[in-house]
Amino acid sequence: MRAGEAVIWGALAGVPDPELPFVSVVELGIVRAVEPIPDVAPARGITPARGTDPIPATARWRVVVTPTFSGCPATRVIEADIRTALDAVAPGACEIVTRLAPPWSTDAIAPEARRKLAQAGIAPPAFRCTAAAVTRSGAAAALARGAAAVACPRCGSQHTREVSRFGSTPCKAQFRCDDCLEPFDHFKPH
Amino acid sequence: MTGTALPPASADALLFDYLLRLADSDIVLAQRLGEWVGKGPVLEEDIAQTNVGLDLLGQGRLWLAYAGEVEARYATRGRDENELAYFRDGSEYRNLLLVEQPNGSYADTLVRQFLYDAWHLRMLDALARSRDERIAAIAAKASKEVRYHVERSSGWVVRLGDGTDESHVRMQRALDALWMYTGELFAADASDDALVAAGIAADVTALREPWRQAVGDVLAEATLAMPSDGWMQGVRGRGGRQGVHSEHLGQLLAVMQSLPRAMPDARW
Repeated sequence: MRAGEAVIWGALAGVPDPELPFVSVVELGIVRAVEPIPDVAPARGITPARGTDPIPATARWRVVVTPTFSGCPATRVIEADIRTALDAVAPGACEIVTRLAPPWSTDAIAPEARRKLAQAGIAPPAFRCTAAAVTRSGAAAALARGAAAVACPRCGSQHTREVSRFGSTPCKAQFRCDDCLEPFDHFKPH
Repeated sequence: MTGTALPPASADALLFDYLLRLADSDIVLAQRLGEWVGKGPVLEEDIAQTNVGLDLLGQGRLWLAYAGEVEARYATRGRDENELAYFRDGSEYRNLLLVEQPNGSYADTLVRQFLYDAWHLRMLDALARSRDERIAAIAAKASKEVRYHVERSSGWVVRLGDGTDESHVRMQRALDALWMYTGELFAADASDDALVAAGIAADVTALREPWRQAVGDVLAEATLAMPSDGWMQGVRGRGGRQGVHSEHLGQLLAVMQSLPRAMPDARW
């Protein structure tokens, strides 16, 4: 890792998701990459010696982010929080760009973050199964699939059911446990 | 998609208009769903409806932001997403007639949503193969969200269609009333044809049969009868996508645009 890059990643790892403050925007896969931007073109005719770092120490950084859900109201807050964190460690050295492709997926959520979600009472997403065929039984299939896959984050029971595909934030579905009878949020596989 | 290139300036003007067509249906339907906030029949549905609206608003903003950038390539300047949303009049809106229809009862709202969702998903999946990378990226992202919309509205059409006598009658009535707006979903005009030939736009005529099949399957499970095609609105080059709207759009925009128009420099 080049000098400076670790500092940038460190700052980003300290930015919590506004709705899920126990996980960072890095763990959620919102930060996609940190790329060096050479601030001057290499002088003509000069080839960097073999083994030297072609990126000057004063390199600027491009921080690539991707939105989770298109309409998520937290997107703007997240970008402002990232800006604040970057300016604190590297003032004026970073630009933030949004990249849509490939679309964000819950598969990008780190294992450690999945554990933290469960600890906070939010059933973490399973790795994404193929999207239900959009047919007459699509809704029923989705319900059945949800109930089979999601364990209650409180008691661990598999006897849970989806109350609604849509929950308190765009990324969550509402579930209920049929054993401990508690309602809970499920971070839906996306 | 593959195809022939258009001259740059006219291609950009066509693309700008096409992006408005995509954006405006999302934004107008999001505004309609917003009218339900706090008034849903049950809490879960209130939240679901609002979430769907939020997705559509987010998608509409992505299309509008791109539209503004394309406009800047050939006009003296490009408008930003707020200016495009709040400072265009009804005749400049390019949304489908279906989405501007009033909410009515919950049956009317759900049937409208179902007919749109089933089209929207297929449209986005086709656009994800566009030669325009930005269109393809937005469509691929939006498609994942719209999959949830289709599951939800299909599920409700079945539950209410095959529900009580009263809910069945209301769903069939809503379906019969809204059917005349579905022809426009598959009507292409000359500007669509040019962009389809260039590999940029989706060929809506090819979406009609898959849509009818999918909609027909849900309606059959819901014990609802698919209406026959009678007089279809907006299919002769004079529909919402050409800026010719029902009277409902003006009323919707009056509410949606009132604050920014009264206080153009207002900031949250």
